[in-house]
Amino acid sequence: MATADGPIEPEEAVSAIRSGDTVMVGGFGLVGAPLTLIDALVESSDADELTIVSNNIGEPGRGLGKLLRQGRIKRGISSYFTSNPEAVAAVNADEIQATLVPQGTFAEAIRAAGAGIAGFLTPVGAGTVLAEGKEEHVVDGVPHVLERPIHADVALVYAARGDELGNLWYRRTARNFNPLMATAARVTIAEVGEIVSAGEIDPESVHTPHLYVDELVLSR
Amino acid sequence: MTADVKTSIAARAARELRPGEVVNLGIGIPNLIPGLLGGATNVFLHTENGLLGVGPRPGESELDPDLIDAAKQPVTALPGAAYFDSAQSFAMIRGGHIHVAVLGALQVSIAGDIANWAVPGKDVLGIGGAMDLAVGARRVIVTMTATSSTGEPKVVPECTYPLTALAAADVVVTELSVLRLREGALVLTELLGDATVDQVRAATGAPFEIDLEDRRAA
Repeated sequence: MATADGPIEPEEAVSAIRSGDTVMVGGFGLVGAPLTLIDALVESSDADELTIVSNNIGEPGRGLGKLLRQGRIKRGISSYFTSNPEAVAAVNADEIQATLVPQGTFAEAIRAAGAGIAGFLTPVGAGTVLAEGKEEHVVDGVPHVLERPIHADVALVYAARGDELGNLWYRRTARNFNPLMATAARVTIAEVGEIVSAGEIDPESVHTPHLYVDELVLSR
Repeated sequence: MTADVKTSIAARAARELRPGEVVNLGIGIPNLIPGLLGGATNVFLHTENGLLGVGPRPGESELDPDLIDAAKQPVTALPGAAYFDSAQSFAMIRGGHIHVAVLGALQVSIAGDIANWAVPGKDVLGIGGAMDLAVGARRVIVTMTATSSTGEPKVVPECTYPLTALAAADVVVTELSVLRLREGALVLTELLGDATVDQVRAATGAPFEIDLEDRRAA
């Protein structure tokens, strides 16, 4: 549940992030990305050596692309670094480490982390370079890869609407990885487009129940 | 590759789709298919970033920053559409609930192995949903030109590029032909345009059987 004191300032929220932390950041490209929280992390935090778990590492100079330019990302775990050519260049220059994960495995590994699942077997990636170093198991004659959950210290998510307790409602394709990431970190900070009173989001339409959300921040 | 060639490949691939099917379209040639369906909404388009029921590109006044497809391009949602998170979207894919994936490819082997995401020696830093779709969709249609820009056949005995998935392709549509994977064999089932068997043979790096009985009028 979000704090009873209501939303906090983004700068205060990102002070929960320490050097060396693993930070999940929602969004598919910039759609559904918590841009206010990312800006606060860029401008008011000096945490570095970060491991970023996000489908993309922003775009050049936008979203997580700003944090990349500051040299504060040690490692990226993503399905598609290619949307930010600067991230690709940083990987090729050995400035950041890259772990490439098939997008469905990426989503499921985050879901698993939030759901207390220690691993799962998927046929996706079996027989490819992305299975290298992973246990392979043949199940019913089909090769599978053992995938482990992806946990984080802090998750930064975005929802169009949140209520004062921290219940979240996402809009259209801005939902993407946000509800999964909200479950998978020690601390979840939700940036919301608007805050409404408890009860104003129809209980049938709550996408992320408030127990997953530790802090609320309003988009700027 | 001219736009005409791409369009002709996409048009032939579109004819593989059956009414009521749920279809995921990859980037490139597959993305031309919606424009070739003639506005008919007899298939349901799924995009892995979380929408079933993708509609046409929006006009300026309909642009919605929260509504994109997997190519990160603006789209609309048709009546009856549904939004969902990425885990559910890939459960649909991995769980066999998507009838057809149409993918581009760099190479396809006679075993149906697909390589479509990386060229050796180049950056291998973007896979997206390609592996999940190739493995999980019930039918996988590959759309590609028969040969690379340097004239190398893309249908090969064995893929030399990094693999996307093993034994995944069911149909390969190029500008010359339709090739089907049937019981471990590659079968030429249709010649497109003015193509001849000899031309297909010259542009294909692997042996194939010929069964043109399902050739249709163009």
